[in-house]
Amino acid sequence: MNYINIAIHLALALALPPLALGVINKTKAAVAGRLGPPLLQPYFDLAKLLRKSTVISQTTSWVFLAGPAIGLVTVLLASLFVPLGGHVAPLSFEGDFVLFAYMLGLGRFFTILAALDTGSAFEGMGAAREATFSALAEPALFFGFLVLARASGAYSLTAMLGPTVLATWTAAGAALGAVVVSWFIILLAENSRIPFDDPNTHLELTMIHEVMVLDHSGPPFGMILYGASIKLFLFCALIIGLIAPLGALDPWLAWVAFVGLVLVVAVGIGLVESMMARLRMTQVPALLIASCLVAAFGAVLLVR
Amino acid sequence: MMNEVILIVAIVVAGVSGLPGLLTLRDDRSGERLATGLITLAGVLASVAAVSALVAESPDELGRAWHVPGGRFGVHVDALSAMFILQIAVLSVLGAWFGLEYWPQRDHPQNGRKLRVFYGTVTAGMLLLVVARNGVLFLAGWETMALSAFFLLSTEDDKPIVRSSGFFYLLAAHAGTLCLLAMFAVFEVATGTLDLDAWPAALASPLRDAIFVLALCGFGLKAGLMPLHVWLPGAHANAPSHVSALMSGVLIKMGIYGLVRLTAACDAPPLWWGETLIVAGAVSGVLGVAFAIGQHDLKRLLAYHSVENIGIIVMGLGVAVLGRSLGRPELVALGFAGAMLHVWNHGLFKGLLFLSAGSVLHATGTREIDRLGGLLRRMPLTGLAFLVGAVAICGLPPLNGLISELFVYLGLFRTATLNDPTWLAGGLAAPALALIGALAVACFVKVFGVVFLGQPRTPDVSLAHEAGPLMLVPMALLAATCVFIGVGAPLVAPVLDAAVAAWVGTAAAPLPTLGELAPLLPVSAISAVLLVAILLAGAWIVRASRATPPPELGTWDCGYASPSPRMQYTASSFADLIVDLTGWVLRPLSHVPRLDRVFPSDASFHSHVPDIVLDKMLIPAFSIIRRIMTWLHLIQHGKLHIYLLYILGIVIALLFWWRSM
Repeated sequence: MNYINIAIHLALALALPPLALGVINKTKAAVAGRLGPPLLQPYFDLAKLLRKSTVISQTTSWVFLAGPAIGLVTVLLASLFVPLGGHVAPLSFEGDFVLFAYMLGLGRFFTILAALDTGSAFEGMGAAREATFSALAEPALFFGFLVLARASGAYSLTAMLGPTVLATWTAAGAALGAVVVSWFIILLAENSRIPFDDPNTHLELTMIHEVMVLDHSGPPFGMILYGASIKLFLFCALIIGLIAPLGALDPWLAWVAFVGLVLVVAVGIGLVESMMARLRMTQVPALLIASCLVAAFGAVLLVR
Repeated sequence: MMNEVILIVAIVVAGVSGLPGLLTLRDDRSGERLATGLITLAGVLASVAAVSALVAESPDELGRAWHVPGGRFGVHVDALSAMFILQIAVLSVLGAWFGLEYWPQRDHPQNGRKLRVFYGTVTAGMLLLVVARNGVLFLAGWETMALSAFFLLSTEDDKPIVRSSGFFYLLAAHAGTLCLLAMFAVFEVATGTLDLDAWPAALASPLRDAIFVLALCGFGLKAGLMPLHVWLPGAHANAPSHVSALMSGVLIKMGIYGLVRLTAACDAPPLWWGETLIVAGAVSGVLGVAFAIGQHDLKRLLAYHSVENIGIIVMGLGVAVLGRSLGRPELVALGFAGAMLHVWNHGLFKGLLFLSAGSVLHATGTREIDRLGGLLRRMPLTGLAFLVGAVAICGLPPLNGLISELFVYLGLFRTATLNDPTWLAGGLAAPALALIGALAVACFVKVFGVVFLGQPRTPDVSLAHEAGPLMLVPMALLAATCVFIGVGAPLVAPVLDAAVAAWVGTAAAPLPTLGELAPLLPVSAISAVLLVAILLAGAWIVRASRATPPPELGTWDCGYASPSPRMQYTASSFADLIVDLTGWVLRPLSHVPRLDRVFPSDASFHSHVPDIVLDKMLIPAFSIIRRIMTWLHLIQHGKLHIYLLYILGIVIALLFWWRSM
């Protein structure tokens, strides 16, 4: 069963993420009264990009291509730490949450460098925003880990979010609730969703992630889109791990329930995107700091 | 005994290494070659002594009577000393080789020989102080180091900015020494001796606390702990780059060594020691990196990152001290190993960063980040070295910074899950460490992106050339060590275990090893996988770029017609968001031109982030003190012979006072 679980984990982490994007887009279209692109459109996009040729600017160096490659490698490695569906993650050890966060950090490091490599002011602007906002999001993520570690007495993602999460809820439900709120905001921020960023716009000065990847094309651009969808999927999995004690279910049922919950969270993101407007860029830090404070408040609730 | 003898030989060899050069002609190269050879010899000897002490520590110290009041020539190499000796040896040797090409006697006939004399003495002073077991001998090493560093960093003393930053360094160094003198005086009163190991377990609390506070001030000044860091940015920015590497990589760690040595002998310290250290470390870390982001000067920026990394080290030390107060061996092991490994790591990657910054400065003649750009294509190897250092200093996998930060994280999280009111210290410091890491990423993508990527912002920069082998090989060695510690963490762990055991002492219960406490094997396996994946990605890039035709077009940029290099995002604009957010503490200054006519004339805009502690607190405070103290001009008038008379008078008065006791 152990190997089968790892195989299912890998298969889901590799195959499911674009579908979540498709569900988000379909939800937004449905709310707006449109038909919307097919559910599988993100897969079609990736297949199309893989067949296209690459255009590279004269100003760039090898870093421009290293950005997408390392960005994808790091999210793939980070996906090994996150428990899916209440099962034990393929890699689980004390302190793996630090590696999870820092692996994503390495990906961000090279994605931003690739944007700066084009020498464009526009992409530099997006790079600066990405660096700033993710710096503000990081403490919120760690305040969440802190609450989980203190509530569960464990130091690995699997032990924090995996089979034992039900016991943690009964012991420290209010604090965990604060973390859910905080992490949902972080999910939206880290994955450039509304109200932080609009993944659909291309020529608005309020963009963060989209503007950084303007000059990428062909397979490298496909890598970026695929990596971004996996990152979104991983944050969804973190939140599902928090709210749903799937470890208590039958293993097979837990996998099915997990896939269902990913789609539910995707619908939730789609609804948030449909009902909110993008924030003004000057208000984004305030929301991020607020999410950090919500998680910190959760930690305060655990004072004994 | 053998280790100590070898080390003393190394100290002497290092101390005299620059002297033969004084006898040579101004443009003669033999002096610098001999000096580098002697430093290398000293480094090898010192490393031999350190490694053999790590393998088998000599049972007792090398002690001789010494005709200095309170002094005793006590020298001992234990695992703690060995950790620091190795670092001193590696960085001073590599720096000396780098200096052969970076600061050749031929190009610097006025100050090349002076630089090499004091480069040797600073190394000797540091080696002496980390093995000294007596307060007076320790201070002798300390002052040798502090004064030599003053002459080193004021190498180019024909420049006013160098003189003023050197003066600030000298003031801060002596304020620190003053605290240490006071600390040793209290120590002597408390214990009746100046031997560093003679810390009695049952020391009265006020005296013990006084020693701790004085040590924190004195050693904190050297280490550059915020807000005692005022001397550091200017000093590191204006010294020759290999000297900056040595100072930032090793010299400021001597402050950490002092704290480590002093807390080593103290069993069951009060809780507030550890808490103070954790909070001071967190403040230093966050503010250090926040100030760094606002800088435009490449080396000044790196200097502020030293403040940040000292903060991380002190956080680790704080966790360890807390662990000793609470009797928690796992906190002791994780915190102390994290601090010690970060001492090493910071020496390696900051040395690497300063050397590559030196290579940039050597090639382009400027430290202004906003004047550079596009250097990765002109200096590919220097750029790669800087990139390795940048990834390492951000604590990102697969390099060494991650390992030590992981230890500190684990220590902080274990502190934060304690059922004790002190959990709050860990609970606040862990997210602070996350913030530090993320801001460091922001800062280093800014530096690397603006300096090495994009297009050259000024014409001179486009003529930059790659450094020669003497500069590249030291950088390559440092980069290789960063990779080695990142991937081979389980191999380094036994050394750290030995250091932890030496710090706690043999009397304590056996400690858990790092292998039991931290996921060393999985982390190094993942780092190795990541490294292989990055190399595969590199191979793919090489293949892809061969397959695609060479680019003919500029950046598309949403169809922008012809962007010029001047339109690129600069370091200031990149940092603007963060500087704005932290403006309430950074207090950035900007000089905005007034546009008052319909057709405004030429105008310029510039902004900078001054050091708030220096400009807003110390300098106003000092000018007030000076105004109050004007009456002292009666006896203070700048006549040297009268001052000598004062000293003689006080010595005689003291002698009479001592007789009458």
